[in-house]
Amino acid sequence: MIRFDAVSKNYPNGTTAVDDLSLELAEGGITVLVGPSGCGKTTTLRMVNRMVEPTAGTVSLRGRDIRDVAAPELRRGIGYVIQHAGLFPHRTVLDNIATVPLLLGWGRKKARARAAELLELVGLPAGMAKRYPYQLSGGQQQRVGVARALGADPPVLLMDEPFSAVDPIVRAELQTELIRLQKELRKTIVFVTHDIDEAIKLGDNIAVFRTGGRLAQFDSPERLLADPADDFVAGFVGQDRGIRRLSFVDAAELPLREGRVLSAATPVARARAVDEPWVLVVDGDRRPLGWAAVGGLPDEGTLADAVLAPLGHTFSLAGDSARAALDAALLSPSRLAVGVDAQGKVVGVADAYELSAATSGPEKDGPSTSAAPSGEVGKQGPPVHEAGEKR
Amino acid sequence: MNGFLNQLSLVGDWLTSSQQWHGPDGIPHRLLEHLTYSGLSLLFAALIGLSLGLLVGHTGRGAFAVASVANLARAVPTFGLVVLVVTLAGLSTAPVLVALTALAVPPILINTFEGIRGVDPDARDAARGMGMTGWEVLLKAEVPMALPLILLGLRVAAIQVVATATVAAYPGLGGLGRFIVDGLARNDYELVIGGSAVVVLLALVVQAVFTALRRVVVSPGLRAPASGP
Repeated sequence: MIRFDAVSKNYPNGTTAVDDLSLELAEGGITVLVGPSGCGKTTTLRMVNRMVEPTAGTVSLRGRDIRDVAAPELRRGIGYVIQHAGLFPHRTVLDNIATVPLLLGWGRKKARARAAELLELVGLPAGMAKRYPYQLSGGQQQRVGVARALGADPPVLLMDEPFSAVDPIVRAELQTELIRLQKELRKTIVFVTHDIDEAIKLGDNIAVFRTGGRLAQFDSPERLLADPADDFVAGFVGQDRGIRRLSFVDAAELPLREGRVLSAATPVARARAVDEPWVLVVDGDRRPLGWAAVGGLPDEGTLADAVLAPLGHTFSLAGDSARAALDAALLSPSRLAVGVDAQGKVVGVADAYELSAATSGPEKDGPSTSAAPSGEVGKQGPPVHEAGEKR
Repeated sequence: MNGFLNQLSLVGDWLTSSQQWHGPDGIPHRLLEHLTYSGLSLLFAALIGLSLGLLVGHTGRGAFAVASVANLARAVPTFGLVVLVVTLAGLSTAPVLVALTALAVPPILINTFEGIRGVDPDARDAARGMGMTGWEVLLKAEVPMALPLILLGLRVAAIQVVATATVAAYPGLGGLGRFIVDGLARNDYELVIGGSAVVVLLALVVQAVFTALRRVVVSPGLRAPASGP
């Protein structure tokens, strides 16, 4: 889809922004370019729409050298979102969004109708159409920025640190929103960030750059966390990458035990017979009520008579990851995580040790390279362990 | 205070006397002359100042030269310039127009240049990145965003030109300056004050015209509360 062939960008003063980059970005996925400042990730992005011209190598889009197309024409077919949105202060929200359709000569009426659709698509009320950018919050401005980039429904979207200037709560919202939009639109997105967490949350594939404009690793997020190519990548993805990896393990794959789950009608004596410090008490529909400490049970009666410790939070086997399960285990009074199904009925419990054991399967293959991974590597694949780790 | 009221009534008498409103020495004729000098000078100055300001602001090349030339030009006294040009070129309308144009270019040039250069770099980057050509970036993004400053430059220039066009009377040309120059020569203060009053009024009208123009042509999006009208 987007292909870099031995691309370099050198400046006359001797700095190298991008050094001999070869990379192929899959169609219909989010590729995140990540790295410390000065690593050439923004330059790489800007070479796709010729905002920066490479000094060597070729960039091609759907098999065609981008230099074959005049820059303005090329850019009209590529969505462009930048850090501070860069909205036009003199235009209303609606006319900002209509920018590219107007440039393409759609006519005012059609362009505005399209803009109104996009306003709704990015989750802004129609009442905002007539406002001016200064009347919007940072998050709203950025939504308008995304809508404007989608103006002429381009197949490719370039996003240069689009969410880094807003506060963390709004940023998380915008990220979730982008994932939702992407499910619907299936654009080929190139996304630049310096935030590895954002990269892992959004990326189908991640290209990690090191200072000096060299590609350090190009891989799926789970491969990046499981098997960093070198110390630089390992350092960049962070110390807690072991925990982060759990995000890619589906909670449904976790082994859960049922023996400690008892209904409230169970006699106290039977709960003692389980021979565990804590049992989970559930109602007739197997909905969790709370934890009972076996040592503190009344002498007779049923578990309904016991004083229950609060549940903490549960994790759902329909949708949550192993990371949520581990979190639930660590926060639970019994140190056990409670897994529930889509209806909220208890399936079983597991402790942190059992959960972590479940995530260490056999290593899949050798060290990763900067070759293009196939589109959907292992988001559902078997978990991998940390065999390569020697830090 | 009495003196002031006296003057005021003199001006009133002068302005309302019917002989001021007819003939080549009447206010309408002199006003027309004045407006012709001012209008032509402003037109030339706008052509020079706007095109140069837009060019330099858009390309970023020659910024230092523009700033230096404009500041230098601002320091040249207009009256001296008129006398100099008339001495060199002889008595005609042209030297006066040259002097007034030279006076009006710097504020237009500097404000236009600053206005374009001061456009939010992100907005400019977005304009290019969405596929605007150089001209489109200039006309659809930079100029509309710089418009408040461009208008300010034009307004300052217009008021200066309208006020200074009175000097045209010194080398023997017409305009509202005639009343002042002739009045001074004849010790006719009624004429001096009356002529000055008309010039002041004209400057106020120019100011009002630009205020109205700003309301019409500047986008409400650029009139944020913080920098409001």
